[in-house]
Amino acid sequence: MSTDVAEAPIEVVKEPAEALLSKRRKRIVADPLNEDNPITVQVLGICSALAVTVQIKPTIIMSLAVVFVIVFSNLIVSLIRNSIPARIRIIVQLAIIATLVTLVSEFLKAYSYDMYKILGAYVGLIITNCIVMGRLEAFAMANKPYDSLLDGFGSGFGYAWIILAVAFFRELFGSGSILNVEIYEPIGNMLGVTLQTNGLMVDSIGAFMILGIIIWIQRTKNGYVEH
Amino acid sequence: MEALNIAIKSIFIDNMVFAYFLGMCSFLAVSKKVKTALGLGAAVIFVLTITVPLNWVIQEKVLKEGAMAWMGADFASVDLTFLQFIIFIAVIAAMVQLVEMVIEKFSPALYGSLGIFLPLIAVNCAILGSSLFMVQRDYTVVEATAFGFGSGTGFFMAIVALAAIRERLKYSNVPDGLKGLGITMIITGLMGLAFKSFIGIAL
Repeated sequence: MSTDVAEAPIEVVKEPAEALLSKRRKRIVADPLNEDNPITVQVLGICSALAVTVQIKPTIIMSLAVVFVIVFSNLIVSLIRNSIPARIRIIVQLAIIATLVTLVSEFLKAYSYDMYKILGAYVGLIITNCIVMGRLEAFAMANKPYDSLLDGFGSGFGYAWIILAVAFFRELFGSGSILNVEIYEPIGNMLGVTLQTNGLMVDSIGAFMILGIIIWIQRTKNGYVEH
Repeated sequence: MEALNIAIKSIFIDNMVFAYFLGMCSFLAVSKKVKTALGLGAAVIFVLTITVPLNWVIQEKVLKEGAMAWMGADFASVDLTFLQFIIFIAVIAAMVQLVEMVIEKFSPALYGSLGIFLPLIAVNCAILGSSLFMVQRDYTVVEATAFGFGSGTGFFMAIVALAAIRERLKYSNVPDGLKGLGITMIITGLMGLAFKSFIGIAL
């Protein structure tokens, strides 16, 4: 009895690595932009979405801050997801988010104090932005880091384009300008009339109305009906 | 008197929902029925009235620059304001948990009606927002308490009123795309317009 029966070589069937941007991954990024938009379809993160949208510039800063926080909190939570005890996961997630938000806030304070003053408490309120928590709970806790990163970008930009759209209309109708460039004045001069800005748009009411109308248009286009 | 004024102001004029867009997520999600709206509203009043003064004490005695002077001269120059977000949210989460346990122990009936809403409240922006506004506006402890209570009451009124409107809305013929969130946003806007009429009231 010889023992020279060769041991069956352990077959290493290497699954073909998923393409860096496979179809599935593209969907992770693209879905939240339109069909599964965090604001207009999932109804998350509206709190901070409306408060900062009087002018476009602070809105851009706010969107960047939110994208940063979503992407990195998704990534971090996904990396440590297997070592978070289920019972205390909420507080762990909150601690991670709060740390990232503190980073953003200190960064703004140091490099763009004007914006820090304008955004005020709303930067801090990214902590309780339901999109961030929602993505952590629904996605990052159950998926691999790279996918979570992509999901963060998708949701972040889905949020960003909606609030930028709201800000665009609010600044245009409310202040008669776009990115602080006067629009109403030159047009008014050309036509020889004074174009009146709409004070309601600067107020919170304008934000509700504009968002309501954006939701209406988007849902009619996608054929999404809420029951 | 000043405190009473702050309370009235934060209920009607600087309403959390209509003026600052805070607590919108739960405002929209839990306003389908008046009964649940009442439960959530009451829980928000409760938690705000406790957490705002508590965070005030922490801000004044621990976080603010020089706030730790009471611990001795060595601590007089410590500035911990950068820890504000993390401490505030931790206080809120812990308070909510504590309140939940206390209610469960002493009043099972109240727990039955408030219980499910309490965990939701930890991430309600109105709660954290009130604490941050309280810091921005330099309130005293009495004013902070009045502000917490007032903001909570403002939220309560807004969500109950919206729920009542939405219950009626079920019988109206709303365009498909506008159903649900869309029409709710527009109604919120109109309610905000109505609340604007309170501007200027003061005691």
